[in-house]
Amino acid sequence: MRHIISILIENEAGALSRVAGLFSARGYNIESLTVAPTEDASLSRMTIVTTGTDRIIEQITKQLNKLVDVVKLMELSEGPHIEREMMLIKVKAATMDQRDDVKRLSDIFRGHIIDVTASTYTIELTGAGSKLDSFIEALSEHKILETVRSGVSGIARGEKCLQLN
Amino acid sequence: MELSGAEILVHCLKDEGVEYLFGYPGGAVLHIYDALYNQEEVKHILVRHEQAATHAADGYARATGNPGVVLVTSGPGATNAVTGIATAYMDSIPMVVITGQVATANIGSDAFQEVDSVGITRPCVKHNFLVKDINDLAETIKKAFYVATTGRPGPVVVDVPKDITDPNIKIPYVYPQSVQMRSYQPVTKGHPGQIKRAVELMLSAKKPMIYTGGGVVLGNAAEPLRKFVSTLGYPVTSTLMGLGSIPWDDQQFLGMLGMHGTYEANMAMHDCDVLIAIGARFDDRVTGKIAEFCPHAKIVHIDIDPSSISKTISVDVPIVGNVADVLNDMNQLLSASKTKPDQTALTDWWNIINGWRAKKCMSYDRNSDQIKPQAVVEMVHEITNGDAYVTSDVGQHQMWAAQYYGFSKPNRWINSGGLGTMGFGLPAAMGVQLAFPEETVICITGEGSIQMCIQELSTCLQYGLPVKIVALNNRYLGMVRQWQEFFYQNRYSHSYMESLPDFVKLAESYGHVGIRIERVEDLRPKLEEAFAMKDRLVFLDIVTDQTENVYPMIAQGKAHNEMHMSPYCDLPQDPERELS
Ligand SMILES: Cc1cc2nc3c(=O)[nH]c(=O)nc-3n(C[C@H](O)[C@H](O)[C@H](O)COP(=O)(O)OP(=O)(O)OC[C@H]3O[C@@H](n4cnc5c(N)ncnc54)[C@H](O)[C@@H]3O)c2cc1C
Ligand SMILES: Cc1ncc(C[n+]2csc(CCOP(=O)(O)OP(=O)(O)O)c2C)c(N)n1
Ligand SMILES: [Mg+2]
Repeated sequence: MRHIISILIENEAGALSRVAGLFSARGYNIESLTVAPTEDASLSRMTIVTTGTDRIIEQITKQLNKLVDVVKLMELSEGPHIEREMMLIKVKAATMDQRDDVKRLSDIFRGHIIDVTASTYTIELTGAGSKLDSFIEALSEHKILETVRSGVSGIARGEKCLQLN
Repeated sequence: MELSGAEILVHCLKDEGVEYLFGYPGGAVLHIYDALYNQEEVKHILVRHEQAATHAADGYARATGNPGVVLVTSGPGATNAVTGIATAYMDSIPMVVITGQVATANIGSDAFQEVDSVGITRPCVKHNFLVKDINDLAETIKKAFYVATTGRPGPVVVDVPKDITDPNIKIPYVYPQSVQMRSYQPVTKGHPGQIKRAVELMLSAKKPMIYTGGGVVLGNAAEPLRKFVSTLGYPVTSTLMGLGSIPWDDQQFLGMLGMHGTYEANMAMHDCDVLIAIGARFDDRVTGKIAEFCPHAKIVHIDIDPSSISKTISVDVPIVGNVADVLNDMNQLLSASKTKPDQTALTDWWNIINGWRAKKCMSYDRNSDQIKPQAVVEMVHEITNGDAYVTSDVGQHQMWAAQYYGFSKPNRWINSGGLGTMGFGLPAAMGVQLAFPEETVICITGEGSIQMCIQELSTCLQYGLPVKIVALNNRYLGMVRQWQEFFYQNRYSHSYMESLPDFVKLAESYGHVGIRIERVEDLRPKLEEAFAMKDRLVFLDIVTDQTENVYPMIAQGKAHNEMHMSPYCDLPQDPERELS
């Protein structure tokens, strides 16, 4: 099962390596991991996408909580939540046909073409990870030159918040 | 008071009440050593290898319950300390290790004696810090002690770059009274609802079993445990790490469980219907085959670390909390409870258990013309009235010490269980002896293990530490040999120790007394002679039966009811044959 775990962690050098080291040392999967400071500069927020049985996910959350730098943790995928990932994708668009089709697909997926050359389009697309996957799939007739994905960030729906008390 | 970073560090240790600092100097910590020079409160113990500094601090911590403190230099000083840090980590021992580091400006430049100490130690510490500003130093030290000693204890490393301890930069010094960390708030009290559920479950048991571990020793909970056990009248076993919490000769105590546990303890685990786990972590040397672990039991588990609970074995009633607090709450509920243990069921259960006991699984050949290691340990118990502090190394001798010494108090049995570090015994004994100069401190070791930190004989001379080294010399890496005998058809690949030193001369050249014992009839008089030398270190080189094995033994991955037994007990030897 795929799970999304959000944590607030002290914004200190080495915090990221503690989390990454925990996953590699204990053999847990990381599908993606994103981290950046929050509105409170002393805290970073991390979103981790991982897979595992319920027992493994339980251990992952306990082990993360045990890290002295981790202030708070929420398993987002336990409740209603919003998941977003951003992708930049550079596609070969040299002929008129190619340019039309890439533009059409980008529109369908609500992407934005943010850079154009005589032979390429670069598209920015945001959505759940699965939407980005579908877009890549949809481009299968085209030549993808580069993709960059930000990794997933997520937030709970409604009034539920991951914050200090 | 304006102090330099080096002076601040030493003041912090004084204010923290640190008695002994185990260390070894080098470039990156010279400012700190200079600050240690003109003071007497913090006594520095100069070891001969940084590994020994960590083990000595660890032994001190295990015996006293106070954190052990270590000071080593950068680079090789720090890497040498890693084995001891990992040893303490695996057994949850409170320790603060201060490592020197190259000056802040040189970090990351492959400077002389630079290693990424924070990076190297990260997976084997409870937490670590790099001090980047002298203004953070005192608070960081306070935090280090706080984290090391609260919750589930563990080692904490503080990496201090050389410029932070510069004698020319002085700032006002205040040692914080306390620290608050928003990211670290260990729980102590157990959840009352869960405690109530647990008590109800244990009172409904027909075949109960209590399984206790190192958490009882770490949490200073032997007293409430003893009360709990005697109130219920249930059988109790202990892991290697919890020995002494219940006296070895208590009628309710079934001995150690697990790979080298007693027949009765393992059989009772296998057949019980309610298991009460207290400060124990279901280690694989204890559970054996997971699928067949306590197949009929509902399990209660008390542990301060949520990640210990349901890690390998799913439990029915988890209780996160400090053992002593939880047991006190349970004891109260028990004394107020109208329901009492089911005496009829309990009597039947004890009858079954006493049947297992009658098999005398710990029997060995008492008429041999060779010195039996078990007999040595039993005799050492007798001569020291079972009241000594006993450290050990790792191997067969460790198991015999655990099985045959017979501990009556917690904190007296000091060994590396989780990491199984050969070389632990002698330096750990130094830490214990420093803490308790008047007590008898014994290091039960093997001729293999003792050579891993033998250089510490020199430290023992310098500080006058009259440790008694009982080396069970079987001329084999015996535990390895035993596995090769059982599982590799006697192919003794590199487990024979050739070219052993003359340990008597070796002890003498370090300024100590050495005694070699080869004949059965010499054992008692020579042991008595050695233990009578109260203020000398005596190295007893005891030539034991070379092929003796540790029994019982559950092969790795086998179930509790599949044990190899001693040929001298009343049970079939081979686990393939029907036992139960
Ligand atoms: C050669 C060899 C053979 C071995 N054979 C055996 C064997 O036959 N049997 C055996 O038992 N072991 C054996 N061991 C040791 C084994 O490897 C483990 O170290 C040991 O079983 C772990 O003991 P424990 O479960 O008590 O846990 P410990 O490592 O002592 O952990 C203590 C537990 O208590 C918790 N705790 C700590 N403080 C508190 C507190 N204040 N309140 C509540 N909980 C707390 C911790 O979170 C942890 O979960 C052997 C080791 C070696 C080297
Ligand atoms: C540092 C280290 N290296 C290797 C081992 C593996 N090992 C476990 S027991 C043992 C043999 C120990 O021999 P000895 O000290 O003579 O004890 P004996 O088993 O003979 O009593 C070895 C090599 C270990 N535990 N620690
Ligand atoms: Mg040996």
